[in-house]
Amino acid sequence: MFALIQAAGEVGDVIPPRQRLVAILVSILILLGVLELVRQRKLREEYSALWVLTALGLLVLALNYRILVWLTHLIGAALPTSTLFFGGLIFLMLLALQFSVRLSRLTYRSRSLTRRVALLEEELRELKRRIPDEEDMLEDDGRP
Amino acid sequence: MPSGTSPAKLDSELSTKPSRVLILIPAMNEEQSLPEVFEALVKQFPPKDILLVDDGSSDRTPEIAASYGCKVVSHIHNLGYGSTLLTGYHYALLHDYDYVVQVDGDGQHPPALIPRLLQPVIQGDCDVAIGSRYLEGKSPTGWLRRLGALPLSLVASLWIGSKITDPTSGFQALSKKAILELCTDGFPDDYPDIDVLIHLHRKDIRIREIPVVMKPRVHGQTMHGGWKALYYYYRMAVCLLLMPIRRNSPYRRQRPMDDHPLDKGSLRGLYS
Repeated sequence: MFALIQAAGEVGDVIPPRQRLVAILVSILILLGVLELVRQRKLREEYSALWVLTALGLLVLALNYRILVWLTHLIGAALPTSTLFFGGLIFLMLLALQFSVRLSRLTYRSRSLTRRVALLEEELRELKRRIPDEEDMLEDDGRP
Repeated sequence: MPSGTSPAKLDSELSTKPSRVLILIPAMNEEQSLPEVFEALVKQFPPKDILLVDDGSSDRTPEIAASYGCKVVSHIHNLGYGSTLLTGYHYALLHDYDYVVQVDGDGQHPPALIPRLLQPVIQGDCDVAIGSRYLEGKSPTGWLRRLGALPLSLVASLWIGSKITDPTSGFQALSKKAILELCTDGFPDDYPDIDVLIHLHRKDIRIREIPVVMKPRVHGQTMHGGWKALYYYYRMAVCLLLMPIRRNSPYRRQRPMDDHPLDKGSLRGLYS
């Protein structure tokens, strides 16, 4: 592991190795944490995708500094750090948007369920109201 | 309904055969004004054709309706005016009603004028008849309210091509064609406004306003005003701008009624 970090560091050394090590560890921790939550069924696969993608992206950037520099040039940022912050911001926004979409769906579903439950309850009440009538009729027929 | 089961069942089906007009009363915590509404309604219509949709009331609203022998459907929690109407529309379709008349539970809509609303719909002159407070000039509501509603009614009138003066009026008579369209898609489940009218117009459903006189609200609070008014303006703007390019809701089933293999006869494959 350390050899890998050093090897990567030789290419374009701007970040100190200690910082790189922290970045790598953090991204691996996020990745493992998310996968563990999925394993425990506390997180659904559909919500884990964005997290896994972000952790992987962070890992790649931490391992290979050149990609970060290339990205920085691509988006026209002045510093590699602002590229990282920008990326983080985009990630959070995407996550929030995903939640809004899911919330809209949940709202829709809970509303239609409430309406349907109300209709079913009424139908059930009506059916129950009719059953004792029929029983009374049967008893009346049996008596004479 | 499945036929050819038992004679007793057939009989009970015949005796409970739905009539053609359903009176739909959306209500949330209206126990003070409901008795008056029901007193007037039961004189004109059989109680079994009067449906109160209770939108999660915490007071005696559903009990009052039941005490008049009317049908009651209760939401387990508050969903808002639009959803309450939608529940009523679904009820109407499930029970094969041909027409629905909406009367608000707050006592503003005079039940005596129901025939005036129903007449053009039953005669086939239009599919939706809206009782308008403003058509005859007199306005029982404040001028501020009137001014706030003016841009919306202008947009609606221009889009639909006929005069719409009171687009948010809840006093309406609807034909089955209109109800089917509203249950399929396009009905907002928070608060219906001119977007519904324009949507219906786009689906070739004929809308007409009928002049009515409404009573001022005695009990309870109005649903309009404050920040909500601002939000409605925003929602209208988004709805109207997106209207021509908007997709149908991905969550609503597009399957027509009576087409669900398992649900025939019960809820008839009616979702949403």
